[in-house]
Amino acid sequence: MFTGLLTATVFLPAAAALVISLVLKDKRAVRWSSIAAATVTLALSIIVFVAYDRDQGGVQFVDQISGWIPIDALRAQYLLGVDGLSAPLVLLTGILGMAAAFASWRIEHRVKEYFFWLLLLESAVMGVFLSLDLLLFFVFFEFELIPMYMLISIWGTGRPKYSAVKFVLFTLFGGAFMLVAILALFLSSSVDTLAMVSIPEAGIVGIPELIAGAELIAPAALIFSFFLIAFAVKLPIWPLHNWLPDAHTDAPTAVSVMLAGVLLKMAGYGLLRINVGFFQETDGFTIHDAAGVLAAIAAVSVIYGAIVTIRQTDLKRLIAYSSVSHMGFVMLGVAAVGGTASELSQGGLNGAALQMFTHGTITGLAFLMVGLTYERTHSRYIPHLGGLAKKMPLIAIFFIIAGFGSLGLPALSGFVAEITVFLGTFPVWPWATGVAAFGVVLAAGYTLWMVQRTFFGAGPQPGGMSADTYERLTDANWVDMVAVVALTVPIFLVGIWPSVITDTFKLGIEAAIR
Amino acid sequence: MFSEPLAWLIIALPVAAFVLNGTAVRAFLGPQSLVAGWITIAAVAGSFVLSIFALESVASDGATIHQQHDWIDVVGLHLTFGILLDQLTAIMFVVVSGVSLLVQIYSQQYMHGDRSYTRYYSFMALFTAAMLGLVSSRNVIQLFVYWELVGISSYLLIGFWMERPSAAAAAKKAFLMTRFGDFGFLLAILYIFSVNPEYLDIPALYEAVGAGAIAASVATWIALGLFMGAIGKSAQFPLHSWLPDAMEGPTSVSALIHSATMVTAGVFLVARFFPLFEASNVMDLVALIGAFTAVFAASMGLVANDIKRVLAYSTISQLGYMVMALGIGAYAPALFHLFTHAFFKAGLFLGAGSVHHASGTFNMRFMGGLRKDMKWTYWTMVIGSLSLAGLFPLSGFWSKDEILATAFERESGVGWVVLIAGLVAAFMTAFYMFRAIYMTFHGEYRGGAEVEAEMARNANLPEPVGLGHTHRHESPWMMVAPLIVLATLAVVAGFLVNPLFDVGPINKHAFATFVTERNESVFSVDQHGDVPAGAEESHLPDAVHAGAEPEFNIPVAAVSSVMAAGGILLAYAMYITGAVSPVAMGRRLSAIYSVLLGKYYFDELYEDRIVVRGFYNRLARSLAWFDTAWIDNVNVQLAKLTANVGRGLANVQNGQAQAYAAVMAIGFVVVLFAFLVWGS
Repeated sequence: MFTGLLTATVFLPAAAALVISLVLKDKRAVRWSSIAAATVTLALSIIVFVAYDRDQGGVQFVDQISGWIPIDALRAQYLLGVDGLSAPLVLLTGILGMAAAFASWRIEHRVKEYFFWLLLLESAVMGVFLSLDLLLFFVFFEFELIPMYMLISIWGTGRPKYSAVKFVLFTLFGGAFMLVAILALFLSSSVDTLAMVSIPEAGIVGIPELIAGAELIAPAALIFSFFLIAFAVKLPIWPLHNWLPDAHTDAPTAVSVMLAGVLLKMAGYGLLRINVGFFQETDGFTIHDAAGVLAAIAAVSVIYGAIVTIRQTDLKRLIAYSSVSHMGFVMLGVAAVGGTASELSQGGLNGAALQMFTHGTITGLAFLMVGLTYERTHSRYIPHLGGLAKKMPLIAIFFIIAGFGSLGLPALSGFVAEITVFLGTFPVWPWATGVAAFGVVLAAGYTLWMVQRTFFGAGPQPGGMSADTYERLTDANWVDMVAVVALTVPIFLVGIWPSVITDTFKLGIEAAIR
Repeated sequence: MFSEPLAWLIIALPVAAFVLNGTAVRAFLGPQSLVAGWITIAAVAGSFVLSIFALESVASDGATIHQQHDWIDVVGLHLTFGILLDQLTAIMFVVVSGVSLLVQIYSQQYMHGDRSYTRYYSFMALFTAAMLGLVSSRNVIQLFVYWELVGISSYLLIGFWMERPSAAAAAKKAFLMTRFGDFGFLLAILYIFSVNPEYLDIPALYEAVGAGAIAASVATWIALGLFMGAIGKSAQFPLHSWLPDAMEGPTSVSALIHSATMVTAGVFLVARFFPLFEASNVMDLVALIGAFTAVFAASMGLVANDIKRVLAYSTISQLGYMVMALGIGAYAPALFHLFTHAFFKAGLFLGAGSVHHASGTFNMRFMGGLRKDMKWTYWTMVIGSLSLAGLFPLSGFWSKDEILATAFERESGVGWVVLIAGLVAAFMTAFYMFRAIYMTFHGEYRGGAEVEAEMARNANLPEPVGLGHTHRHESPWMMVAPLIVLATLAVVAGFLVNPLFDVGPINKHAFATFVTERNESVFSVDQHGDVPAGAEESHLPDAVHAGAEPEFNIPVAAVSSVMAAGGILLAYAMYITGAVSPVAMGRRLSAIYSVLLGKYYFDELYEDRIVVRGFYNRLARSLAWFDTAWIDNVNVQLAKLTANVGRGLANVQNGQAQAYAAVMAIGFVVVLFAFLVWGS
């Protein structure tokens, strides 16, 4: 089977990157054609999302080349496909890819290389969400490191080299565990495929089916833990989170947007697809046995992350730590898998998926707004800022919308995701959920305090910018606003009409949990 | 019957005004467009007219449960929303849209010339819409959505003048303290869901309570959580301290917050889940919290010098009245008091705004003598104060009296506590309101904002925020007209809607009968609607004391009237005749005086001790330290260790043949030695 749509979606940015870097010379041309490529990718991702047939469900638009690596023993396929779980994430990647490209239009330093890596990054993330072969998934998962390393270390600020290396080391550390886990599955003779799901239409029987009750060469608990470590680092989950604040703080704006918006989601996706999908009926150990631990770690992540966030004085670092807290909700939703009946679990799992999507747009928007603020104020040090709403009302409004989204204000998507996670998980893990729910109070605290110190008041605090600079601050222009609006629309849309996303996610969740 | 689209329109009109003002008007007509005001006024007026129809429809045809619509529908999680139009909703619709309409009209002049006039009217429309949505929600989650929207709109309005640090801080404080209560509300929702997801639908919950399907212990936990939310929103002890600060917003916003929206949401929440509260064990707690708050807040009102602060404490105290009434099962009297209070409190706040227009300040020490300059404001405020003090025959008298009479009839310990608290609060209320009236309107004019600013300069203090210009004359008619309407309502609303005997077409206790109505057709169901299982038989459970409104109790009424009159007389003696010297009294009771002026030091306790010192400087600081010094450092050290080990091992392979040979030689000797010692 080969439809080509998904292959185009994955490789279009990379192909465009290649062509642009070989053909174009002029900075302006590079910039705008890269933005165009990202926009076309968004269009493709919208097509994938809309054309996905919800009545039929299952895996669709399969692209399969069985012997793409002509070594039979490897059993590796080129296998792309989209289902209810990945379709919204593909859309998310498309939206954020375009927003990131638009947010980069002020880049002046080594423009061609910059956009080359940025587009390559988008391809890698698309590849992660659309690959249904475990090896291919792993390749994309690791490949994303290269553009990220380049983008942070060359175009970053602060200590870019340090942060880039830290980011790479952490992810590689997790990736190594994942590779071992994949090898363990590969070497288990009862699991003679690397297909991550079953696709009856293509005659593919996937790991989730074969692994049930099968004898593995390593204990299922071990394989599960190795996958878990890989994704917990990436999500990130306490205490493996420390790469995130550094990477975010030092990365250029668009890269922070991509990092928070979609890269972290690769981990959540992995948790749902692999940890939940594979370990339902494994011999000797299932994910249900680990769910309690996951719930506890999630609650710690949420509260710990939120409390540390309150102490942050750098705008970007503050949002980065809030991500630790918010990604804890994803883990919490996943923990609902420990429910005694599958109906009981699905609410939480859907919440986890929804939280990934909403966190992508909300935190993406937050980083975008920090970027726009920083470009003008040249400072992210909160105690030096103040009174910015008067000089740049548009930036303030959308920054505050992002803030409201992250504190879980109804009518914005963050609330829908959080309430879904809480409702879904509370019947299964009441204490962990109850503790984590306090995170919304803390979130209101750090968000509103940050907003107050940054945007309200009469003007900048002592030690900050001069009155002259303050007077000359300008608001966002229309190019900036393209990215801003692109991220704001889904925040409102999902907040008011969540079914637009949940009706798709639920198909993937149902299939994963069977 | 009032159709569902019309019910939605009541909410949608102000939402449309919010969107229109926030986008098109702001973008094309500018931040000071007068059009914004007219759009919001028209929208709220539309809601008000529809609300009247809704009330009329409920009065003639009974309540309606409109159908549920899907919001999220995944396996194991089915969330819906819909309109529940019952007596409670209908009353609230009229009160909210009516008071809001008057406030919007008043604001045209009051906010005239403000830099962000458009934004003001945009947020006011959102605020009204959120409250209207809250009172008509059929689903608990839906209610929570509007609940939070009410919270955020009040945040935006309290912090409306965001360039003032005090306004920004007050807005944050209001949102955070209420959010703390909302945490309880959220837990209650989660618990309801885990008991039975169907119960998120309020009619289904009523039915389950009526059928006795919810155990008392379960009901207790749910009610506790809900009550925590109500404590936050309605500024009850111990989450009361945000409300006095909340007047950093424009006074017209305070008028709305303190009367019909925001703070009444908490009382509404308890009323909405009243059957559940009755089935639980928290009723006494509700009564005691309310009773304590009524007295506690009133005591702080005794010494406040800012007229808005006096009114704010009075609001907290009156909310305590409503809460304690609910706690003793006086459902109808509590709602009746909410109803009458909305009018006179809105009128008083708008009057305070009018006073500020003339004197440029809210500090009563710099007012005085204004009654000659602004007769309409003076008389409307006197009427409002008399009503608030509960003097016969004004509306506040009737509603207060019903609460006290019910408490008297209870003949229980809690009933006595409520009765005594109510009487003490009545005395204090009468005193501080007339203290305010006398300080503001009587005596000699003490210079207003100009003198206040000058004194601050002389004392080398920063100029007080919020001072305006001084021009001592009556406010424009667009501001005065709403005052007159509200004052009129403060006089007549009480007796007219809830008389002691049949008056023409109005039956005895009409209001109380209406809100507790429980006939067989209470819930007629929308023709497209799905009937919640068993709704035909049970509807609202009989647990609400239908027809239990107390008979007029002359001794209670007499005692409470004496208390109120005593309060007024004491104020008269202190501030008009000078028979009792306030200064001497303050000196004699200086310990109490400073405690009251210090607001019992709750701000210090919460903000300084708990949040800043305990949480921010201790807990958060140590965690942040732990995060860098331990978690991060361990990672970095591990990385360094790896690098060092690598470097060490790299030294071994230095490519020098002599070194390799030396190692080989040593190794050979060691192996040989070992062989000789342990070999064979």
